[in-house]
Amino acid sequence: MSLTAVMQIYVFLLASVVGYLVITRVPPLLHTPLMSATNAISAITIVGALIMAGGKYGFVAEVLGTVAVACAMTNVVSGFLITDRMLRMFRTGDKPAAGKGEARS
Amino acid sequence: MRELLVQGAYLVSCLLLILGLKSLTRPDQAKRGMQHAAIGMLVAILGTLIHQDVLGYRGIIIGLVAGSLLGYPIAMWVPMTAVPQMIAFSHIFGALAATLVGVAKYYHAWIPGGEGLSRGITAALGFEVLLGSLTVTGSFIAFGKLQELLPSRPLTYRGQNAVNLLLALVMIGALVYLIVNPPMTVVFYLLMALAALIGIFLVLPIGGADMPVVVSLLNSYAGLAAAATGFVMENNVLVVCGALEGASGALLSVLMCKAMNRSFGNVLFGAFGSPAAAGDKTATDKTVKSVTAEDAAMQLAYASKVIVVPGYGLAVAQAQQQIRELAELIEKRGGVVKYAIHPVAGRMPGHMNVLLAEANVPYDHLYDMDDINDEFADTDVAIVVGANDVVNPAARTDKSSPIYGMPILNADKARTVLVLKRGMSPGFAGIENELFYLDNTYMLFGDAHKSLSKLTTEIKALAAGA
Repeated sequence: MSLTAVMQIYVFLLASVVGYLVITRVPPLLHTPLMSATNAISAITIVGALIMAGGKYGFVAEVLGTVAVACAMTNVVSGFLITDRMLRMFRTGDKPAAGKGEARS
Repeated sequence: MRELLVQGAYLVSCLLLILGLKSLTRPDQAKRGMQHAAIGMLVAILGTLIHQDVLGYRGIIIGLVAGSLLGYPIAMWVPMTAVPQMIAFSHIFGALAATLVGVAKYYHAWIPGGEGLSRGITAALGFEVLLGSLTVTGSFIAFGKLQELLPSRPLTYRGQNAVNLLLALVMIGALVYLIVNPPMTVVFYLLMALAALIGIFLVLPIGGADMPVVVSLLNSYAGLAAAATGFVMENNVLVVCGALEGASGALLSVLMCKAMNRSFGNVLFGAFGSPAAAGDKTATDKTVKSVTAEDAAMQLAYASKVIVVPGYGLAVAQAQQQIRELAELIEKRGGVVKYAIHPVAGRMPGHMNVLLAEANVPYDHLYDMDDINDEFADTDVAIVVGANDVVNPAARTDKSSPIYGMPILNADKARTVLVLKRGMSPGFAGIENELFYLDNTYMLFGDAHKSLSKLTTEIKALAAGA
């Protein structure tokens, strides 16, 4: 096994622990935004797609890569925007009078 | 130098994405944190654009523009009630991207004159396309069921689990064979096809009510596919984000199963929610007490503490605004109103919170089950709207009930329980609800939207008359 692979397994395990520790502390109140946020983050495959679409790997890879970029970008855009749309709705009742007037959609 | 810049961008991106997820632990910081995470994603994309392997921008520009044009309307026009299927839909795209990257990589490596692949990379690649294509087809079926394009009841046949097990074994065999013989192109594509089939067969027998668990699990698979892509491309940002998501998806599915008191295996292979599973115990000899809107309004008008138990039926009736108006009216008259949210209220965890927040209910009035369950005892009125199984006391007492052991909201402990309901039909799980027959329970039949408006009008009339 190459050293790169060992380092990557290292990174993978550490990141899993970080993920676990962070996610367990997210209150149930925000579980739906959490799911759509992680959905958006899974579109990080766009990085791999961009490299494939960059042309170094020949025409077939470029075409497949282009479709992959389009798919991943759809996921990035829709995932982050809907998370933002949801989180904008969450507000406290501290200032009910002002809250109603300024309510953005 | 360029390589250093790219890696620097990936590091910044990882940090922003992790901090973004961490911000979700605090509702007041969540919005800003997720905006930072979006910037993190942008940094990763920009960093990749100057990557040494990127020679031309033709395909990249086409892909980025097409994806943005497709993603924007999906995100902006989808109604909040449809968020679960929208997430399933998004998964199709993310997983398809991972799969296509894997295919491109494999194809290029084994064309005549290609540089080939080591066994280690092939193993990662195998996992990538396996998890990727399984997530694509699985999410597709999940989307179809949630959107009700497919029947949401479980589709089962005899020997289903055996067939699935056989398919899974063949798939694992193909994966092992491929790792031993990396250039076996046929096996590579066979592996992909088998995984796609399993994705379909695994999700079809799962009922609509359990679909959120599946979506969350597929979320985890999509993350692992991304991590596998990272191993293939030797790219740490992919490994980190993939691991984060893998952990999150797995954790959320377990939490959801716990909230329904079901084991993971039971959700995936138990085909729950089929009509046969419904309890046959009918309570024809018991009677319910029906109440008019005037009488119910009278009780609410003089209540000092009210807890609202909302269920998905509230959203179906589009009555979130009406419940908020009613709550504000009670508050104006000096009462306290809290909302008790069951972990599986709505169609996915936390869904009810989003639906109520959309109707301008402040989030600090929304309480999780564990935080509010002790408060029902000193509550004057508990209003149950559109919820059924999550307040069924049978879960505590009746060992024969299919939902026995499921954590429930103690609405029955309130001095008075007011249940708003269309008719006497049983809930999602098809189980008779004992709560409706209790002495302190009053039923207000009718459409939730209309009933709530009527209650508000009646309380206003009372105030004007007094």
